[in-house]
Amino acid sequence: MRHGKYPFIVGFLAAPVAIYVTFVIAPYAQAFYVAMTSWRGVDANPSFVGLQNFERLLQDDVFWTALRHHGVLLLAMPLITIVLALFFAFMLNVGGGGRGGAMTGVWGSKFYRVVFFFPQILAVVIVAVIFGRVYAPDESGLLNATLGAVGLEPLLFMADPGIALWCVIAVLVWQAVGFYVVLFSAGMASIPKDIYEAATIDGANRVNMFFRVTLPLLWDTLQVAWVYLGIAAFDAFALVWVLSVDRGGPDRATTVLGVEIYRNAFEYSQFGYASAMGVALFFLTITFAALTLRVSRRETIEL
Amino acid sequence: MSVTPDSTSDLSRRSLLQRAAAAGLLATPAAGLLAGCVSGGGDSGPKAEGEKSADNPLGVKEDAELEIVIFNGGLGSKYATDVHIPSYKKKFPKANVKFSETQEVGTVLQPRFTSNTPPDMVNNAGSKLMDQGALVQAGQVQDLTELFEAESLDQPGMKVKDTLIPGTIAQGTFNDKPYVLNYAFTVFGLWYDAALFEKNGWTAPKTWAEFTALCDKIKAAGITPYSYAGANAAYYQYLVMLTSAAKIGGPDVLKNIDNLEDGAWQADAVKQAAEAWAEIGAKYGNKAHLGLKHTEVQLQHNQGKVAFYPSGSWLENEQAKDTPPGFKYAVMPTPSVTGADKLPQTAVYAAAGEMYFVAAKGKNPRGGMEYLRHMLSKEGAKGFTQLTKVLTVVKGAVDGLEISPGLTSSNAMLTAAGSDYFAYRFDTWYKKLDDEARSATNELMFRGGTAQKFCDRMQKAADAVKKDSSIEKFKR
Repeated sequence: MRHGKYPFIVGFLAAPVAIYVTFVIAPYAQAFYVAMTSWRGVDANPSFVGLQNFERLLQDDVFWTALRHHGVLLLAMPLITIVLALFFAFMLNVGGGGRGGAMTGVWGSKFYRVVFFFPQILAVVIVAVIFGRVYAPDESGLLNATLGAVGLEPLLFMADPGIALWCVIAVLVWQAVGFYVVLFSAGMASIPKDIYEAATIDGANRVNMFFRVTLPLLWDTLQVAWVYLGIAAFDAFALVWVLSVDRGGPDRATTVLGVEIYRNAFEYSQFGYASAMGVALFFLTITFAALTLRVSRRETIEL
Repeated sequence: MSVTPDSTSDLSRRSLLQRAAAAGLLATPAAGLLAGCVSGGGDSGPKAEGEKSADNPLGVKEDAELEIVIFNGGLGSKYATDVHIPSYKKKFPKANVKFSETQEVGTVLQPRFTSNTPPDMVNNAGSKLMDQGALVQAGQVQDLTELFEAESLDQPGMKVKDTLIPGTIAQGTFNDKPYVLNYAFTVFGLWYDAALFEKNGWTAPKTWAEFTALCDKIKAAGITPYSYAGANAAYYQYLVMLTSAAKIGGPDVLKNIDNLEDGAWQADAVKQAAEAWAEIGAKYGNKAHLGLKHTEVQLQHNQGKVAFYPSGSWLENEQAKDTPPGFKYAVMPTPSVTGADKLPQTAVYAAAGEMYFVAAKGKNPRGGMEYLRHMLSKEGAKGFTQLTKVLTVVKGAVDGLEISPGLTSSNAMLTAAGSDYFAYRFDTWYKKLDDEARSATNELMFRGGTAQKFCDRMQKAADAVKKDSSIEKFKR
């Protein structure tokens, strides 16, 4: 019954493809075009300037500062998040040891699983506002009140360029961990119980079990987590915009490309230049994801 | 009909996950963000035009619809719906005035300008305002020369331009043509609580030595002598700093900065002012305030925790809800930095602000200009001040009005200044320079920066703007 297969498939795909082309592909293509104009956002006929915006980009200190911050985010955020999430997921699923042949989590793991997920369901802006109070630089802040109670000098947090970016990373990690705990838990649940049983019989302790059994069998899930977190590290716009001092400050100490794109587009009215930044960000993200998938490719055990 | 795949699916878990990851790429942030805004627009069609007469000097078509958009922020929008629109409708009863308000002017109106279907009159203000320079550059803004040459609505025999405080038209001029009406007249200074000062026997200082001596006393009383909000209001601080610079070296210091003259930021006057203020920041400020927003610092000011706070004359109205009963707003000009300042201590930064413009490509630009003429009538201005506690650029409009202590104080300061008031334009002309000045000022005031570093940093930014051919340059 091969007859009529293609019209059938086309019939199903036409509408979604049309919508996808209109709302995703076309704006992307347009962004590439705008990046090569000097459009200021209020003119109906932007003038074409070729690659001039990209030349400017290479000489823009702020652009490089933002890139450096993405570098830090890219190294620190996925690493910390994955390590924490793995640890929690392991404790929730396997950490309780074997009981009646099945692996179980630590006591109360069902409760923790829900609690860990809480930050994930809060909107980023709300998270940013909450942490604005947590990090408040005077004694009205949650952390500074605690520091004050034990007799320590208040920290400036977001107002201290030395640690501001790390404060942002801490919030990103705090919000992301819950989701990856769930993701890794699902991954761990699909590891056959008999492998754990065999390992237990062979005398493996929890540490050995984690590094010799859980981690290798979870490799694919880890890879996906890494790509997702990496892409998230190229974003961070909303959090920085709301939480940071002077929007990406102090003195651009926490700025990211998203913030600079916004600033150039909607404050300096340089939509062309901002689009050039967007195009650069697009290629950075694509390159990162492709590299990650390639570099982390290794033999996996098909179950 | 059955569909059989050509081969059995070998979709392993691994490749499925890989595809999922690849699909994630399509959610790449921001790349396609801006593109949605471009769209071609055709011509905007015919403009409504009526017969010009002594009674209708701008030639408004009496039944043409007029669309206005007002920014609903600190000033609200009641002044438009209760004062200016009724005034327009009284004159043109057949005209329908379509009113709308927004808190995000740019978000709402940018697409309409791009597609050449703008509203007729726009109050371009707030944190999401559109770049006025870019609008002028794109030919979207009506030349207001005719309006200023027309007869005033309720002061017969006087042209509109003669009823305004000097400098108003210049404030809205882009390359020799008046495009924008800056309607509210704002005066800037250092605000304090007159009641608190009276209680402690403190008086407003006039010289820098008096200023620092008073700050010492205030500090000893356990109050932060001077502060501003670094997180989002650093421009209040560079405003008073440049006010000091203008007093030391005369208003041309600011003119040179606006005109992007070589070395304008490295002039001695700017450096001296930065030095003086850096000392205030280091000795009498609170480093934690770099992380606070203006509302938080203003609240601390109201609570008597901060003595001096730099701001404009909208402050009293903005804080109306949080001001405790005993608090009496008063304002003073910045003290003289040296004994040889070119301008007297009474000189102030004062400027027409709050932009209103008429869309050149709208349907009824004549009606838009006529609406501005109603705003500039004596009655229109009076109604505005009554509802917002903010002065307008119309001369003598508040004569005989009961006003609040803060407004009385800023009025008195303005009267004392006589003709010694000045303003700069670079912050609206070159938004990039405004951002750099905020960062540099925070560095200077909170983070132990030096005057030399401040000047060099600003000069570098100004030179970069000057070199950048994509930014239109303005002169005054």
